[in-house]
Amino acid sequence: MSAKRLSNTAPETGAFFQRDLSIHPPAYAPGYKTSVLRSPRYAKLSLNNTLSEITGPVFGHDMLGELDNDMIHNFAGKGESAIGQRIIVHGHVLDERGKGVPGALVEVWQANAGGRYRHKNEGYLAPLDPNFGGCGRCISDENGYYVFRTIKPGAYPWPNNPNDWRPEHIHFSIFGSGFAQRLITQMYFEGDPLIPLCPILNTISDKAAIDRLIAPMDMENTIPMDARAYKFDIVLRGRRSTMFENRMEGN
Amino acid sequence: MAQDLYRLKETSSQTAGPYVHIGLTPNFAEIGGVFPEDLGKVLVNDKTKGERITVTGRVLDGTGAPLRDCLVEIWQADAAGYYNSPSDTRGDADPNLTGFGRCASSLETGVFSFETIKPGSVPFINGAPMAPHITFWIVARGINMGLHTRMYFSDEEKANAKDPILSRIEHRSRVQTLIGTRKGDKVEFDIRLQGDGETIFFDI
Repeated sequence: MSAKRLSNTAPETGAFFQRDLSIHPPAYAPGYKTSVLRSPRYAKLSLNNTLSEITGPVFGHDMLGELDNDMIHNFAGKGESAIGQRIIVHGHVLDERGKGVPGALVEVWQANAGGRYRHKNEGYLAPLDPNFGGCGRCISDENGYYVFRTIKPGAYPWPNNPNDWRPEHIHFSIFGSGFAQRLITQMYFEGDPLIPLCPILNTISDKAAIDRLIAPMDMENTIPMDARAYKFDIVLRGRRSTMFENRMEGN
Repeated sequence: MAQDLYRLKETSSQTAGPYVHIGLTPNFAEIGGVFPEDLGKVLVNDKTKGERITVTGRVLDGTGAPLRDCLVEIWQADAAGYYNSPSDTRGDADPNLTGFGRCASSLETGVFSFETIKPGSVPFINGAPMAPHITFWIVARGINMGLHTRMYFSDEEKANAKDPILSRIEHRSRVQTLIGTRKGDKVEFDIRLQGDGETIFFDI
């Protein structure tokens, strides 16, 4: 008998709440030029969740290395560390019901402190940091909590309008318990003057939804003489309670 | 006033951008030594049950050019039609199939490729069988929210004809966009984001 059968926690088996598309960017958003040729034109086909959407892969904590969520050190040479403002990025992965999502794989990537990515296709003149790779990952705990240590990424120019700059940001990829929850997003930093100018952020028409992508500085969790903290909660789609016997707290 | 539902709003999607490989396939991006292996690179091992197949394809933009900076994920059932997920409570899936694959398209040609097995049939909501299929999720620069679609198999004509999703597609000429072409142990599946033969994507 497998471990999942012996668990006291009932598995999540309900279908997902319908996505509120008004808080997501449309596929076609001409202010972000690359979307013009990469956006489907036909209406999507609505599909009630089947087992193919309700299920999803599970990733175990045993796949993680000790430094996976420490981007200051996970690419650095022995005794070295990445250059930049040291920060902690932490928060909870929740679902629309307000429940913590345990076991959520959170993968992140970002530019270095100068705004340069370690990537073949990247040509910005800011230098690479030999001690910074730019990727990290962790898995949320039983309450949905996750934490990373990294350096604050720099802003950088990009080819869209002649003088567009991306605000400082960290890319997030999140898996919930079902494949229909799959989400990629970006986290921004409170107070960045580039935020209102960003064509990618402005693909979202709902101001409150944009605000929810901005992490506030978290002074209480700042480590004195070491690293400032930013708090970023992530909300995935909620699930319905389809069967009476599976009804769980918080539904 | 009624009680509050206490619902949170889902976090908004943002594009994966041009450097998605750094985070999701760092070894592919030549960032070595951080993670031992890129996640989702291997779905099967020597003991995996089922018919071995290689699924290859490209994601094409509105001009027909392949995206050379996209990332494709797949999710599928095992040969008996069980998902390797706690949310599939019908029984235990083949422990030698992860069911999850992730592949960056080639920076030169835009081709993605998965070594896997052909999935079995999985029941629809009403218990009727769905034809064997693999779920695809596509992200890239210029794609503001990941796109969900499915690949069915050209060698499953009878099952496809009865599939509860394929059979309710109003514009019959579009059904073909969801069918991978089986040639021996290879299955070819191109995804068209826009233009002639635009792939059907799902609101799920």
